[in-house]
Amino acid sequence: MTGTSSTSDAAASQACLASGLGTSSSDPSAGNLRSGNLQVQHEQGQRQVFCGLAGIVWLHRKIQDAFFLVVGSRTCAHLLQSAAGVMIFAEPRFATAVLGDRDLAGLADCNEELDRVVTELLARRPDIGTLFLVASCPSEVIKLDLDNAAERLSREQQGRVRVLAYSGSGLDTTFTQGEDTCLSALVPVLPEAAAGTDALLVLGTLPDVVEDQFRRLFEALGIPSLHFLPPRRGSELPPVGPGTRLLAAQPFVGGTAAALIDRGATLIEAPYPFGIEGTRAWIAAAAEAFGISAARVEAVTAPAAKRAAVGLERYRAQLAGKRISFMPDSQLEIPLARFLQRECGMELVEVGVPYLDRRMMGAELNWLPSDLRLTEGQDLERQLDRLRVDRPDLTVCGLGLANPLEAEGLTTKWSIELVFSPVHGFDQAADLAELFVRPLNRRDRLAF
Amino acid sequence: MGAIRIAASMQGVHCVLHAPQGDSYADLLFTMIARSAKRPPVTYTSFQARDMGADTAELVRKTLRETVERFQPRALLVGEACTGELLQDQPAALAQGMGFDCPVVPLELPAFTRKEHWGASETFHQLVRTLLRGQQPRRLDPVAEGRRPRANLLGATALGFRCRDDIAEVTKLLDSAGVDVNLSAPAGASPEDLLRIPEADFNVCLYPEIAQSTCVWLERMFKQPWVKTVPIGVGATRDFLIEVGEVAGIDTSAAIAAGRTRLPWFSRSVDSTYLTGKRVFIFGDASHVIAAARIATEELGFEVVGLGSYSREFGRELRAAAERYGVEALISDDYLEVESAVLDLAPELVLGTQMERHIAKRAGIPCAVISSPVHVQDFPARYAPQMGFEGANVIFDTWVHPLMMGLEEHLITMFREDEEFHDEAVASHLGSGKLSAASAEPSPKPAAAEPTASADSIGADVAPVWEPEAELELKKIPFFVRGKARRNTERFAAERGVARITVETLYDAKAYFGR
Repeated sequence: MTGTSSTSDAAASQACLASGLGTSSSDPSAGNLRSGNLQVQHEQGQRQVFCGLAGIVWLHRKIQDAFFLVVGSRTCAHLLQSAAGVMIFAEPRFATAVLGDRDLAGLADCNEELDRVVTELLARRPDIGTLFLVASCPSEVIKLDLDNAAERLSREQQGRVRVLAYSGSGLDTTFTQGEDTCLSALVPVLPEAAAGTDALLVLGTLPDVVEDQFRRLFEALGIPSLHFLPPRRGSELPPVGPGTRLLAAQPFVGGTAAALIDRGATLIEAPYPFGIEGTRAWIAAAAEAFGISAARVEAVTAPAAKRAAVGLERYRAQLAGKRISFMPDSQLEIPLARFLQRECGMELVEVGVPYLDRRMMGAELNWLPSDLRLTEGQDLERQLDRLRVDRPDLTVCGLGLANPLEAEGLTTKWSIELVFSPVHGFDQAADLAELFVRPLNRRDRLAF
Repeated sequence: MGAIRIAASMQGVHCVLHAPQGDSYADLLFTMIARSAKRPPVTYTSFQARDMGADTAELVRKTLRETVERFQPRALLVGEACTGELLQDQPAALAQGMGFDCPVVPLELPAFTRKEHWGASETFHQLVRTLLRGQQPRRLDPVAEGRRPRANLLGATALGFRCRDDIAEVTKLLDSAGVDVNLSAPAGASPEDLLRIPEADFNVCLYPEIAQSTCVWLERMFKQPWVKTVPIGVGATRDFLIEVGEVAGIDTSAAIAAGRTRLPWFSRSVDSTYLTGKRVFIFGDASHVIAAARIATEELGFEVVGLGSYSREFGRELRAAAERYGVEALISDDYLEVESAVLDLAPELVLGTQMERHIAKRAGIPCAVISSPVHVQDFPARYAPQMGFEGANVIFDTWVHPLMMGLEEHLITMFREDEEFHDEAVASHLGSGKLSAASAEPSPKPAAAEPTASADSIGADVAPVWEPEAELELKKIPFFVRGKARRNTERFAAERGVARITVETLYDAKAYFGR
């Protein structure tokens, strides 16, 4: 494995990309759009991504008193069982109400059946404070109104349990977008912040350990009031109002951000807190929104940033000059690519994203090289064709593709680990780099 | 899912599914659980909400066209996932109208009513029917043709339980009886191989959940008899060879006599005495459960206290088996129901799927996996069949190792009051038996029985109260059976309306329940 590609390879890759363009531009929705200096290529076709139901895997761990009831098919249940199977040890706080033939025939019966399932579930689990009814592809297609059902069931519970609905259906959501729809469902029930109170609201699930690190940093800066959405318990909902400054910790919460803006919050434009540079800029943007001086930011962040630089240096040497491609998956592709390119010296070959949310990505896009091959959407087979021509040193992709690509001699990093592991912030910057080093390191160690 | 398993098992077959984005998660079961080096040959239309306003049928046609062009399959399976079904685009009919060179097999798999095994079985059946259309039954006579009898091995699939090694073991077994394998399908077969199915003298139905309907059809259409015994366990392997002899018209007694397996002797050896009457709960697909129940009772001397399956299609066979062991078959796909049965029966060993492994682990009960749904551990690097004589060896080890060894049990009883050998001590090889160390590393097995006891006592309306003396007496019972003793005593007391458990109640209960 080498870090360089021959010129003929690069030329072939260009040709291949061009032919890809030719085919998909016959599609009326395909075409090139410019975002700043950046060319964005749109693709449509077969996708190799999770649907939004997968978000339940981390959301149920984060919100400790919430239960997620998917209203879907056996396939949905199977997905959850396989995606989250390992978590079954912890008494699982998710389940699937499986739609049967009879449910498809009559919506009245279906609602009745749902009421029965929910009543039984809540009787069995008195520890549940918030119940999410999660819509799936089949429930969307038969137009089962879960918002209505949630309201009805909430009334029946008389305040004991809050019942909310959101969609994790693959028709509307791609993988991490399921968190966005879930958090959006919480927005209308957030309490109104008292007039005249300024507060920072950090948006997007972070592992508790990272959340605590950020809390310490923001408190040291003197941010007056600090909240996180989602909260650790459904009963501890953060208030929102005109004094709320929104800081997104994850790039996939655009819908929730929009809903919070509608409730008066102001969005702080910032890159995402990956790597030293990203984390520092993220914190600085928040500080600026509260009128805190740059000198203060520097004083507070310097020790952690310095520590992080020491940790990162070791891995930078192993990543510098290596070529990397991202398959579209979690929406983390752009900020991670930025980190790997600017702080670890990697060369970006192709960065694929499921969708490009310009409002949420503005600051990140400014940091990307202007000649980057950035693709939005997916046409799987064509993307794999390009990948085989590119032969990057490392490919970030989902678990359905990782082993087959390894078998073709491509080294891969499975992307889901980037969603589940603590990778944000200064103290995880080196851990994040290490996740990309490990597969390369492993390749080097193995004799066969 | 069932259709994908058939396509992924074979060469030259591709499957197109009308399915929303997200359904492609199925790929990772093959690439991650079975560590498949190739993506399963499936293409999804990946329709999204915005497509549904437009022409989803055109999306199906485009996907079909591009798939056939790119992969050039020699047989094309076309169907819909659950949501695709609701759109009523009829992708199979569309595909049949597109004039492809390869045979198109329409899949009508009602995803909302039927399950994975049924889907796989139906897909395989439809594929075989489509490919063999127009072929006539052969007149075969191995003796006249001067050759050994030939058999097809039917039913092995990708993601099936130990199929890879079962095929090798059964091939060896048949060879020892003088029978050649014509082909194995679906696993490893191409569409051209399936065309050769009628060249075999008989079929072997290795996995009835997948192949029974095909075997029945082949018997009717091609006059091929089929072997019904699933050769899992020593007894079943011998019966299998007898049946092969009958079906093939050959003498297999020499092969039976030559069959080498250690299971019968290991089972008779005195260290296995402690296995006697071990209470076992069995759950999985129908064939593996029925086979396991027979091995458990006849070959290991266990007692089956409960058996069940998610294979509704084989309800009759399961109920018949359950009746033989004096239990009622639990036919369910609700793991909570299975869990409550396990907690209720408090077996000493659970034989199940990966779901039951989780249940057993939570309840602190030893467990061995005997059936799909599978886990990455069920694709071992070593040779580990379930079928045939070697399979019996594998089963002996796999089932017995999770249990505490008999001699260990005796030693623990003997030394239970010793400083370093009580329930709160760490294992002696970890150093000092002081409790401080124990909290860091609790020894897993002894802690076992306790959680089931507490879980169970929730069920009683009013839990009886233990007198201090009775509680002390209970402590004298070896810790690995203490939970069971506590539960039995509480049940005994509750059933008789005894509010306070005394030492007498404890021994009354012991006498009542026996060992």
